[in-house]
Amino acid sequence: MGVRILFLGPLRDLAGQDECEVAAPLGWDGLLAAVNPAVAEQLREGRVNLAWAGKVLADKTQLSARDGDEVALLPPVSGG
Amino acid sequence: MARLVLQTPLDVRVLEKGLSVGEALAAFNAAQGAAGAVVSFCGKVRPDGEVKALELTHYEPLTLSGMLDLAQAAKVRFGLEGALAWHRVGVMTPGEAIVLVATAARHRRDAFAGADYLMDHLKSAAWFWKREKRGDAWHWIEPRKQDHADLERWK
Repeated sequence: MGVRILFLGPLRDLAGQDECEVAAPLGWDGLLAAVNPAVAEQLREGRVNLAWAGKVLADKTQLSARDGDEVALLPPVSGG
Repeated sequence: MARLVLQTPLDVRVLEKGLSVGEALAAFNAAQGAAGAVVSFCGKVRPDGEVKALELTHYEPLTLSGMLDLAQAAKVRFGLEGALAWHRVGVMTPGEAIVLVATAARHRRDAFAGADYLMDHLKSAAWFWKREKRGDAWHWIEPRKQDHADLERWK
């Protein structure tokens, strides 16, 4: 089943895809290696948030996704 | 036509299709019998000429719960009797409503401030991403410095 990675907003264009699936377990270093270098660079920046299993992580390096989990990469928002 | 029934005191929605401003405000006004002041704001796709369409996407697992927390925070902070926060997702054309907020309070200052607070947070602290179509190409809209400055006012 693996871990589903979702690319939201402009990160979708940078990743060249809406989502992908990688092998579990998935930690911070694994995530940086799983995405392309341009996305990894954005991810390291404070302005990109990470949601894991429906919650935004206060500390992105605490990611520890298991089989069936969803991880979403959330760039700066622009609503309204 | 079935009468629109709102959740009270907070009615928060993410809408895939058209947003009926008149109907929503009439229902909100009717549901807020105890309020002496009702304020509303509607954000629309600006008919700028060059912009053909606007698309809003979101991250469903976070959007609605985040908006509910926001409405609850506004209610507590400004002592609101009630609030409505509706946000569209999907593709919209110039003139269409993107977002509607309404607040009800005993007095006008709290109602104005509550609507202002809700909008500043929906612009730059809710899980939406916006892009617009100019010519044949889509362009992502980055949050503006002004949006962040607006948000800072409440901290």
